[in-house]
Amino acid sequence: MNKVKKFFYSQKAAPYVFVLPFVLTVLLFWIFPIGNGVLLSFQDVLKDKWVGLKNYERLLSDKIFLKAVWNSVKYMIGTCALLIPFPLLFASLLNSKLMKKPGFFKSIYFLPALTSVVVAGTIFRLIFGEMDTALANRVIEFFGHSPIKWLKGQWTGYFALLLVACWRWTGVNILYFLAGLQSISTDLYEAASIDGASKWQQFKKISFPLVKPTTVYVLTISIYAGLSMFLESYMLWKGNNSPQNIGLTIVGYLYRQGIEKRAMGYACAVGLVLLIVVMIVNLIQLTVTGTFKKEER
Amino acid sequence: MAMDKNEARRKKDRFATAGLLVLFTILAVLIILPIYAIFLASFKPGGHLLQYGLNLDLDFSVMNLDNYVLLFTGSHDYWTWFTNSIILTVITVVLTLLISAFVAYGFAAYEFKGRQVLFVIVLIILSIPLEVVMLPLYKQISSWGMMDNYGAIVLPFLAHASTIFFFRQYLLGLPKSLIEAGRIDGATEYGIFFKLIIPIMKPAFAAMAILNGMNAWNNYLWPLLVIRSSEKYTLTLGLNTLINPYGDNYSLLVVGSFFSIVPIFILFVCFQKYFIEGMTAGAVKE
Repeated sequence: MNKVKKFFYSQKAAPYVFVLPFVLTVLLFWIFPIGNGVLLSFQDVLKDKWVGLKNYERLLSDKIFLKAVWNSVKYMIGTCALLIPFPLLFASLLNSKLMKKPGFFKSIYFLPALTSVVVAGTIFRLIFGEMDTALANRVIEFFGHSPIKWLKGQWTGYFALLLVACWRWTGVNILYFLAGLQSISTDLYEAASIDGASKWQQFKKISFPLVKPTTVYVLTISIYAGLSMFLESYMLWKGNNSPQNIGLTIVGYLYRQGIEKRAMGYACAVGLVLLIVVMIVNLIQLTVTGTFKKEER
Repeated sequence: MAMDKNEARRKKDRFATAGLLVLFTILAVLIILPIYAIFLASFKPGGHLLQYGLNLDLDFSVMNLDNYVLLFTGSHDYWTWFTNSIILTVITVVLTLLISAFVAYGFAAYEFKGRQVLFVIVLIILSIPLEVVMLPLYKQISSWGMMDNYGAIVLPFLAHASTIFFFRQYLLGLPKSLIEAGRIDGATEYGIFFKLIIPIMKPAFAAMAILNGMNAWNNYLWPLLVIRSSEKYTLTLGLNTLINPYGDNYSLLVVGSFFSIVPIFILFVCFQKYFIEGMTAGAVKE
C-alpha cells in the first residue's frame, strides 16, 4: 500500500494524475460517444438493424438535407464576408492615433456578446415582425418600401439571420483584431510614414500582413460557427420549422432527424459528415498556422 | 495668405478625428438599438407588443411598470429559473476552473510521454462546436440514465479544452524555479499545485471565471437537450417557454429577457478588463 502511495506522489506519476480528468473526459464524453455514433450511422435505429452505407447514400439524394447544407454554407459565406473585413477595418480605425476614446466604443460594441441567443433571437424575431409597425418594416417604410413578411421570404430571412450574427459578433471580432493590431510595433508605422507611405499603403503593407494570424483564427472560428449554426435560426423561427425550410441548417436537420423523429442512425450520419468537414478545416488551420510544429518543440 | 504646413496638417487631423467619431457613434447607436428596443418594450404590455411588434415608439399612454410588478410579485416560475441558472453557473465556474487548472498545470509543468499527443487532442477538441457532436453525446447521456440531471449538463465540460489551453499558456510563463523551490521545501507534487500555483493564478482565474460564467449563464443548446422537468429549467430554457402568446407570457418574456441581461451587465461594468481579456485570450486560439 505504501508503495502505491509513494508512486502516486512521485514526479513520474504526477503528470498523469494531473491530466487524468482530461483523459477521462475525452474517453467518456468524446471518443466513446462518437465511436458509438459511427456505429449508429450504419444502422436503422428504429428498426434495430444494420443497413451498411444506406444512411449515407440516402443523404446524397435527400433534397431537404441538401437544402440544409446549402443554407448553412450560404450563412457561413455571408458571415465570413461580413464579419472579417468590416471588423478589421473598424479595428484599424479604432487603433488609429486620431481616434478619441476607443475604449468606450470597444465596451459598447461588446455588449451584444453578453446576451444569450434566446434573448437576441427574441429581440430580432420581434424586430422582424410582420406588422407594419415592427422596427424592420418601419425602417424600409422610411425608405419608401412597403412592409414585407421578413421571415417568410428566403432572402429576407437570410438577411435577418446575417443581421443577428453581425449584431452579436462584430464587437467581439473587433476586439480580436485590435488585440492583433496592438501587437504590431508602432516603429513600423513611423518608419513608413517618414518614407511617405499613405495610411492606406500602411494598412496594406504593414497591418494586413502582420495581423494575418488573427485573420486566420477569426476565419476558422467563423467557418465552424457558420457551418454549425442552429440556435439563431431556431430562435428566429420559434423552433425548427420555417416556411419551405428557409431557416433549416445542417444541425437543424440533425436535430429534426435525431431528436424530433428519433431516426438516430440517419441523424448520426448527418453529424459525422459535418464532423469530418470541421476536422478537415481544423487540420488545415493547425497546419497553416504551424501549431503542430510549435508543439513539437 | 499661405497656411503653415503644420497648421494644415493639424486641421486635416481634426477633421479625420471628427469623421471617425461620427462613424463610430453611428455604429454604437446601431448596436445599442436592439437592447434599447427591448428595454422600452419592458414597459409596454405584452398584448401591445403582439399587436405592434418591437419598435422604438415612446408612447407614454401605454407604457407603465406593470411588467416589473409582474416580474417581482406575479405568480410565475421566473425566479425558480433564475435561481437554477445561478446555481448551475456557480457550480460550473468553480468546478471548471479548478479541474481545468489542475489539468493545465500537468501540461505546463511536466515533460511526459504522450504529452504532445494529448495536447493536440486539446487543440482539436477546443475547436469542435458542441452542435456537431451533440447527438452522440445526448445518446450516451441518456443511455447512462443521466437525463434531466444537472450532472449531465456540467460533467462533460469540466475538463474544458479552451480553459485548459488558456491556463497552460499562462502557466508556461511562470518560472520553473518556483516549482523547484516548492520541492526543496518538501511539498508534494500536488501540494505545489494547490499551495503555490493556485494563488498566483488569480488573474487567469478571473478572466476564465467571467468567460465560463457568461457561457454557463447563457447556455441554451445542451440544457435544451438534457433537461426535461420544468422545475429544473434554467433561465434561457424558461424564457423560451414564454414565446407562445398566452396569458401574461409576452409581458414576462420582454421584461424577463431584459432583466436576464442585467446581472451580466453589472459584472461587465465592474470587471470589463477580464471580460475582454478572457474573450480575446482565445485570439491566438480559443
